Amino acid sequence: MKIISSAQLEDAVYKAASKMCFDVDKNVESALRNAYKNEQGVAKDTLNDILQNIDISRAKHIPLCQDTGIVIVFAEIGNEVFLDCDFESTINAAISKAYKDEYLRKSVVKSPIERKNTGDNTPAIFHVKLVKGDSVKITLCPKGAGSENMGALKMLAPADGISGIVDFVVETVKKAGGKACPPLIVGVGIGGDLEECALLSKRALLRDLTDTNPVRSLAELEVSLYEKINNLGIGAMGLGGKTTALAVKVEAYPCHIASLPVAVSLMCHAARHAEVIL
Amino acid sequence: MIKLNLDTPDSSSVLKTLKVGDRVLLTGTICTARDAAHKEIKNLLDSGEKLPFDFSGAVIYYAGPTDTPPGRVIGSIGPTTSARMDAYASMMRQIGVRAVIGKGERSDKARETFMRDGIIYFIATGGCGALLSDAIKSCEVVAFPELGCESIKKLTVEDFPVTVAYDIKGESIFK
Repeated sequence: MKIISSAQLEDAVYKAASKMCFDVDKNVESALRNAYKNEQGVAKDTLNDILQNIDISRAKHIPLCQDTGIVIVFAEIGNEVFLDCDFESTINAAISKAYKDEYLRKSVVKSPIERKNTGDNTPAIFHVKLVKGDSVKITLCPKGAGSENMGALKMLAPADGISGIVDFVVETVKKAGGKACPPLIVGVGIGGDLEECALLSKRALLRDLTDTNPVRSLAELEVSLYEKINNLGIGAMGLGGKTTALAVKVEAYPCHIASLPVAVSLMCHAARHAEVIL
Repeated sequence: MIKLNLDTPDSSSVLKTLKVGDRVLLTGTICTARDAAHKEIKNLLDSGEKLPFDFSGAVIYYAGPTDTPPGRVIGSIGPTTSARMDAYASMMRQIGVRAVIGKGERSDKARETFMRDGIIYFIATGGCGALLSDAIKSCEVVAFPELGCESIKKLTVEDFPVTVAYDIKGESIFK
């Protein structure tokens, strides 16, 4: 049994949360650099701004984007771990301190109706999974609203099949246009139920940009969606071009005989996340 | 690349000559306002109260920065999604705004309102808060300080890079 104290957890999450808004994921940067080589005109100019922004963010320690998000916490907790703390409160305390110390934007309101800012960018949103093992893996994802607001979910009928799924995903990206800050990473969740498929689409965004889906049918769907989305011509920031999506990731789960839920989560080009392993 | 100083008397006539797709480097005074500030302005207008800031001739930047760290003028400050401010399009001429800066396409109704009112819609590159922060030389909160990042801030900018998204003929950069 591994014991993790409140101080250990808070310290590790604080360090990760302090850094995560100042750099983009490495594979996203490579994909953006490749896209820059393949584009011309206004699309190339826009990608040049995006690449310059990454360099300035690193060199001058300015957040990549002013929308430093609401923090989504994906945790996998091993069954041989004893967490000697209140898990969510400890992580919220770490996020609060990081957002204050790093002058990040406080973008969380306490009530969606009254809309008063909580002042410290907490609470985070928690998705916890219990797994086998003696470690804790936490992925922090500061998610901005520009891309988040353009996500969508639809309960399709089984008869709608693959073509229904493809149409819905492509239509969602088309509707998002430049608002979601393309080039995007498109996360698709298929199956489960209403909330599980939304969560699958979010988890899909955490996958390595260069990986291949181990399920052949899903790998093929990812390729087909990637081509269709990039044929939309939306391009970087919606100004046209060949690069609307840097990647499409699909995750699936068993579902009811009468259901075919599909969810789409979009991640902007300022794709940030941080990982903590204890 | 066109250079435009917004603080010069002839800047309004230059604004009217800009065409969709023109890349422009703005210098001079702009001010931030996003969702909450627009709502406050509308509430004040509806109740016949005086606005806390004179918007005549203003260029509004839809943006809410991160907090300002020591040694900098302002934090990260890229544009936010303009479409959320579409509901306030007709209020822009009412308060004297000349141009707005944001990101993304807007409703046809907002575009037509801007065309009717001779208001230019610029876009800055979304997600580039560090790059755009570097073009800001001074920042002063001038209204609604209680709104935090959504307060109205008067900014002095130098070579702030934007692109004309809707010109005064209503032409759009979004295909």
